[in-house]
Amino acid sequence: MEGVYVTIGLEVHCQLLTQAKMFCRCSTDYIGKTPNTLVCPVCMGLPGALPVLNRKALELAIKTALALRCEILPEVVFHRKNYFYPDLPKGYQISQYDFPIGVRGVLEFALEGERRKVRIRRVHVEEDAGKLVHEGLGVERNVSGVDFNRAGIPLVEIVTEPDLHSPEEAKECLIMLRSIVRYLGVSDGNMEEGSLRCDANVSVSLSPDTQGAKVEIKNMNSFRSVFRALSYEVERQAALLREGKFPVQETRHWDEVRQVTVPSRGKEEAEDYRYFPDPDLLPFRIPQDMLEEIKATIPELPLQKKERFMREYELAEPEAHILVQDKDLAEFFEACVREFPAPRTVCNFVLTEVLKNLNAFNMTIRESKVTPGMLAELLRMVERKEIGISLAKGIFEEMFATGMSAREVMAKKGISFLTSERDLEKIVRQVIEENPQSVADYLGGKDKALHFLIGQVMKVTKGQANPEVVKNLLLRELTSGE
Amino acid sequence: MNLRDFRNFTIRDYQDLFAKGELVPRELLTIFLERIREVDSLLHAFLFVNEDRAFARAQKLEEEGRDRSVCPPLWGIPIAIKDNICTLGIPTTCASRILEGYIPPYNATVIERLEAAGAIILGKTNMDEFAMGSSTENSAYGPTRNPFDLERVPGGSSGGSAAALASLEAPLALGSDTGGSVRQPAAFCGIVGLRPTYGRVSRYGLVSFASSLDQIGPMARTVEDTITLFEIISGRDERDSTCAPYPPFSRAEIPQEEEVRKMIIGLPREYFSEGVDSRIVGTIEEVLKGLEKEGLTIREVSLPHTSYALEAYYIVAPSEASSNLARYDGVLYGLREGGEGTLQDMYFRTRTSGFGAEVKRRILLGTYSLSSGYYDAYYLKGMKVRTLVRQDFERAFQECHLLITPVSPVFPFFLGERTKNPYEMYLADVFTIPSAMAGIPALSLNCGYVDNLPVGLQIIAGPFQEGVLFGLALFLEQMLSLPLPLPEIGQQRRS
Repeated sequence: MEGVYVTIGLEVHCQLLTQAKMFCRCSTDYIGKTPNTLVCPVCMGLPGALPVLNRKALELAIKTALALRCEILPEVVFHRKNYFYPDLPKGYQISQYDFPIGVRGVLEFALEGERRKVRIRRVHVEEDAGKLVHEGLGVERNVSGVDFNRAGIPLVEIVTEPDLHSPEEAKECLIMLRSIVRYLGVSDGNMEEGSLRCDANVSVSLSPDTQGAKVEIKNMNSFRSVFRALSYEVERQAALLREGKFPVQETRHWDEVRQVTVPSRGKEEAEDYRYFPDPDLLPFRIPQDMLEEIKATIPELPLQKKERFMREYELAEPEAHILVQDKDLAEFFEACVREFPAPRTVCNFVLTEVLKNLNAFNMTIRESKVTPGMLAELLRMVERKEIGISLAKGIFEEMFATGMSAREVMAKKGISFLTSERDLEKIVRQVIEENPQSVADYLGGKDKALHFLIGQVMKVTKGQANPEVVKNLLLRELTSGE
Repeated sequence: MNLRDFRNFTIRDYQDLFAKGELVPRELLTIFLERIREVDSLLHAFLFVNEDRAFARAQKLEEEGRDRSVCPPLWGIPIAIKDNICTLGIPTTCASRILEGYIPPYNATVIERLEAAGAIILGKTNMDEFAMGSSTENSAYGPTRNPFDLERVPGGSSGGSAAALASLEAPLALGSDTGGSVRQPAAFCGIVGLRPTYGRVSRYGLVSFASSLDQIGPMARTVEDTITLFEIISGRDERDSTCAPYPPFSRAEIPQEEEVRKMIIGLPREYFSEGVDSRIVGTIEEVLKGLEKEGLTIREVSLPHTSYALEAYYIVAPSEASSNLARYDGVLYGLREGGEGTLQDMYFRTRTSGFGAEVKRRILLGTYSLSSGYYDAYYLKGMKVRTLVRQDFERAFQECHLLITPVSPVFPFFLGERTKNPYEMYLADVFTIPSAMAGIPALSLNCGYVDNLPVGLQIIAGPFQEGVLFGLALFLEQMLSLPLPLPEIGQQRRS
């Protein structure tokens, strides 16, 4: 929008992929489980129960902070964040305050092929709360339940500086963040299931020199809703400003049904969380070798991988961009290229046929039965002109559905494909012998006769020969016969 | 066998009778249960008597038989447990209305260890609500009375455990000490109580009051039994991050008598100031003379920050308490005052009716100290004072092995005497708070009687120096040879 200056900062929470919760040994595998079955005295906050830190949660949080190029603080200190809510069993959340895991990091991402940067203010680790259940309790109305299966699952909180200047930028930044946590294996980053949650601060101004009121947006449950909520909010605040009114500093919720943001019902007074160091947990000094060990486990990250793909495989930016978003897909591509060193061909096939089939079955590449070797074999057959590309696409669909190799699919389907040009040569010679008139016509200058001869070969091969190859063979035979 | 026969018994004596087949656990249990029936309506040391389960357990122990070669040290011994220590299937209320009827689904680590050692949970003892108090008058279920004089308090907050031991309703007990809650009632009731080094006993299952100060402590009628109990409950626990990674206490850490005679005992002059009852000072001075006669060296030392410790404690402890007690919100367990209105209304009603006045006072104090804008001036400063207090002790222990002080500046006071003025009540802990703030061990031992009221002597040691501390305590106990308490309950009322 012209003359509208937008400032956006993100606050992202990711559930960490640990086996056990952050301060007890309960399982974190809570999706679809009966409420309150993955609980113990510790995560239920029963009187007398005490937290014991799960080192794994700390490691994953440190890994995240390192990947975001944060400075790692030498000592991990947990603070209690005190507030009352029924999903918070202890009346406080164990979180971090003035000594987060990491500070002053950088996240790089791309918007329309252009490199962008957002500064990371802090990365810290904390425990998740339970979940209020308002429906399906089978009791009278006005009764809510609390499910504590989620309570105590470790979260990493990533706070950016307000360096983003459009909803598009915010969305791409968030997509990159998800991509990174997935590359790292620290979180599955699923917004719909709530393993990745994003709040945003938005302020809009009509002048580059002034800063608008900070409005916090919550309840955005997909990348699309982040984009739409922010776009709506920018419009709303800009419209107010144009009318000479000022947006108020507040928290607003994204209403997915009505596609609007609405003021939160909660009180607007600043809450005092009375942070203080949790006396149940001693400060943890991060040993240098622990840092080194974690550093060694950080893989090549999406942006680096993209740039390498563009350099090494001469891919265009948009193609490389899509390939690297999913680490598994990028690895599938590379493995395939190793066996069939034609990166452009592989890339085209992966971005069209492979993605099409994955989307159709709502699967990830990891779940697919087609291995890079199997795809390489298929592409090799196309290259050798043994099959045409359209047939290859059909065969791939079958491979994808059944897990069979290309040859197995063809055998099963009774596609007697032509193994060599020699077989085809025989048929070509036979067709030439059987159609002397057409041969004469062609030699007499009628180009159309050649098309008839190609058609005859195709008929004999039941359409399985490559027309281009057939044409070349015919031309060779006809000219050599002269 | 009869209760009077047990007056001077230690756990070892009971074990001898078991070994000889002259006593069985059910018989012993019955004697204590009868004693409780006889006197507890006057004392009110117990909030819950675990009669049926205890009896079943005693029977089971008998059926399993006593293996002489590997007999666990507390086999068949009943023990009273302060009601802020979680006991599986047995009510644990912290003497609060807000936990009325609450039955924990798990055992505290110390309870697991006691049961593994063969002990029988006799019942849960009365206390000041959430261990906040020095007289057991803050119990939501009515006060406990001092067995030596029913008009007087037994001290607190572990008053129930102390009274039960003094009246021989139980041979062993557990208390908890945050600022003196084991030692002060032990002194008021003439028994032995240890506050261990912070981190020496697991807090897992101890309902938190002030996490950085709370310690479960053994209480018994003799030093010998205190040691036995401490050996069982101490040692590392992976469920408590603040528990030190050391093995359980061992008797081998206690020095021999000749080493004790060579000890230098420090007397912190701040603990013998004007505010202390002269009869208490007099009694302790007699003891010190005795020690000198036995060859020990007595030396005056100084703990200059003593007077600030109390003030700092009443910042730090309530701050932690305000957070620890936030979980009693009526949602998941305990009292809920439901009814009309919002969630906030439910919280408000539940906490208003569930907590007593002293608990509310401390929640307010703590909430204030932690509030933004006040944190630096109160909580942070309190923690800094705490460091100074600890350094005082570190310096003192460069000059002496152990410190001797009074436990309490006053004799057991009358019920109601100090309830009007909370600050008066806080002063009762002035000599027990500094060592608690420093996290170091201290033991209360009876060192004499004045007008049939016991006088408590406190021995303070450096961190993890319980062995040295017990060495002197055993020496003193033997030197003094005082009769173990068995007051005639209710007889002294008219005197």
